[in-house]
Amino acid sequence: MSFKDWFREDRLPHIFCTGCGNGTVINCTLEAVEEMGWIRDTTVFISGIGCSSRAPGYITTDSLHTTHGRALAFATGVKLANPRLNVVVFTGDGDLAAIGGNHFIHACRRNIDITVVCMNNMIYGMTGGQGSPCTPPGAISTTTPYGMCEPVFDLSALAVTAGANYVARWTSYHVTELTKAIKVGLDTPGFSFIEAMVQCPTAYGRRNKLRQVSDMVTYLKTHALLLQKKQRMEEEGETVPADMFAVGEFVRRDRPAMGVLK
Amino acid sequence: MRREVRFSGFGGQGIILSAVILGRAAALYDAKYAVQTQVYGPEARGGASMSAVVIDDEPILFPKVTHPDIYVIMSQQGFEKYGADAPEEAIMLVDSDLVRSRPACVCREIPATAEAKKTLGRAIVANIVMLGALVTSTGVVSSAAIENAVLDSVPKGTEELNMKALQRGFELGRRGEA
Amino acid sequence: MTKIEFMQGNTACAEAALAAGCRFFGGYPITPSTEIAEHMARRLPKMDGVFVQMEDEIGSIASVIGASWTGARAMTATSGPGFSLMMENIGYAVMTETPCVIVNIQRGGPSTGQPTMAAQGDMLQCRFGSHGDYGTIALCPASVQEMYDLTVKAFNLADRFRIPVFVMSDEVVGHMRERIEIPDTVTVVPRRPLEKGTLPFTAGADGVPGFPEFGKGYGVHVTGLTHDERGYPEATDPALHAALVERLVRKVEDARHEIADVTLTQPDAEIVFITYGPPTRTVRQVLHDNPEKAFGHLQLRIVWPFPEDVLGAFPHARAFIVPEMNFGQIAREIERHTCVPVKSVPKLGGELHTPDELLAVAEALR
Repeated sequence: MSFKDWFREDRLPHIFCTGCGNGTVINCTLEAVEEMGWIRDTTVFISGIGCSSRAPGYITTDSLHTTHGRALAFATGVKLANPRLNVVVFTGDGDLAAIGGNHFIHACRRNIDITVVCMNNMIYGMTGGQGSPCTPPGAISTTTPYGMCEPVFDLSALAVTAGANYVARWTSYHVTELTKAIKVGLDTPGFSFIEAMVQCPTAYGRRNKLRQVSDMVTYLKTHALLLQKKQRMEEEGETVPADMFAVGEFVRRDRPAMGVLK
Repeated sequence: MRREVRFSGFGGQGIILSAVILGRAAALYDAKYAVQTQVYGPEARGGASMSAVVIDDEPILFPKVTHPDIYVIMSQQGFEKYGADAPEEAIMLVDSDLVRSRPACVCREIPATAEAKKTLGRAIVANIVMLGALVTSTGVVSSAAIENAVLDSVPKGTEELNMKALQRGFELGRRGEA
Repeated sequence: MTKIEFMQGNTACAEAALAAGCRFFGGYPITPSTEIAEHMARRLPKMDGVFVQMEDEIGSIASVIGASWTGARAMTATSGPGFSLMMENIGYAVMTETPCVIVNIQRGGPSTGQPTMAAQGDMLQCRFGSHGDYGTIALCPASVQEMYDLTVKAFNLADRFRIPVFVMSDEVVGHMRERIEIPDTVTVVPRRPLEKGTLPFTAGADGVPGFPEFGKGYGVHVTGLTHDERGYPEATDPALHAALVERLVRKVEDARHEIADVTLTQPDAEIVFITYGPPTRTVRQVLHDNPEKAFGHLQLRIVWPFPEDVLGAFPHARAFIVPEMNFGQIAREIERHTCVPVKSVPKLGGELHTPDELLAVAEALR
């Protein structure tokens, strides 16, 4: 079985724009699921609302495309009621961090045994490019026409603080690292959170001087700072540029978890 | 015959538990019908708490107490809110040390809290003393029924204390009759 | 063999759910429903079931819907403010045809209102509260016994019609303790599984599709978007949307006579009371105390779908008196279906109508 066998071919073409980073993240996730040896009948993909949340609709397993922000609460019910099911949640920055923020915090706290893959494109893509809690300062969106004036939510830091057993961040450029991180997440009992920074050329890049797909991927590549390097810079008193974000594994631990099959 | 009993006191005295025990005694041990209801506010302790029981030989239709025949009042605030308008034909048991006022109806003064503290060493069983007095002064349920219902309802290890409280209440209730 | 108990309504609700096979409860504390959650928290873990206290009522109903897709009988319990929060995901359960039971121990609203007092103010909300058109089932117990019996029934109806079913009780019945007969076993009609080879949202003649439980190899896609019979989103096809929504409405509405649960007293009467929930008890008292006045009474144990034909069972009726612990929500529905004058008797404030009050209304109409 190849990861291609996980796709519902009768649903193609998909709705993602040319150059969208979501497809890369879905491929990495399915690759990791495949490497885990998980089978279709006992794997469930769950999502909320937004571009990223359309992913389960293209996968052949049982899948629950739910309401905006609530995917983790639905997933909690699925996993607790049947711990034999492997549960993966696809979400985005608006779905998870804005409307679904409270469910996110509590799913981390409960440390429920599911894996969350968050496609952070720093924008509300499906509704046409409104500012999200992850839109960088100064960035232009349809609801921040003079530049974003609110600070960014660091989702990975939130997940670490709230109690997730595994937290990592990569980008759609780092496919090898991202796939590995997702696999570690799938393999870790408890709540695993993998944040994938992705390009949205249509709703984000177009308004922020990153019109070409390659411009946005280059942006992600050049603004990603390896966690170890960031820590070294901080230790040596070097200033970390404000527009850089750390990538790597933030935590891997063994807090008591809920919904783990005994 | 339909009988309506109203309990009032402050939160924490076990006013609701008293009503539950009385209802249980009637429904499970006297082969009667009973409905227990309550009025309560946001406070878990203090305030004026009220609970009521309807007891009947036939199934109970309207479940709420509107014209109580029997009042059990364990605080001054409870008297003012839920006992002051008792009709003359009713009977009222008051915890005589906690309720200053007296009603226009027949009144039995039961020093339940004082007895619970002095004789039994635990103020917490004052409501059980009142229940005992209620049973012997009104006959609303049988003594055996209330004993069983008390034993069902109190925490393990406190059965003896509660039985003593109930017996003391039986005596106080009979004394009022004389 | 039945067991006689002296039990609170909320406890009876929880016990009935367990007897009906409910093995998942997701909830959030709210007066006056909390005893249901507390009882489930004690009992479920010892019965191989799951109790989870979620972060809010939105999460509660979401977890219940998720659990239901794994095949579990699942429920939540709440009151007004929590019920309002659940509305979006109730619509999701409707659209995805997810069986589940939602208990609303109604209290005085709007807003935080009267947390410890009874009301029936959410009767239209349970019918129309989520956006879009749909059919729904709402059961209204008038006693602790009915709370037990109707909770069991709610689970069977939820599985039969694949919808969220509401037990619309209130603080009076939820907190009242009375004598109840608990049967040894209850009738459980499990949900019908999807036949392999059938598309997951292809409905049978009754408008209800078979259930493709997660983890059984169906590979079903479930979405709140308008979807075709494969379950695939198809949100811009007008005919498809119209057909889907019509089916969601009709699978319940067309079965309203099968679903109806009523008690008729004195069909020859000219003055007829119509009640659901606690005012039923007041009316029974009025009829009991005034036999010579020959009042009629219709008790609706299931209010939605509204069984309009039963109004015709009182051919001599000159007036329908409708006491409700709200501003006349179901009186309006009754008016829609009859030429007989409808006298709404609203009572707000948290207390039940007294027999004297209702007798006075009836006497004024004689």
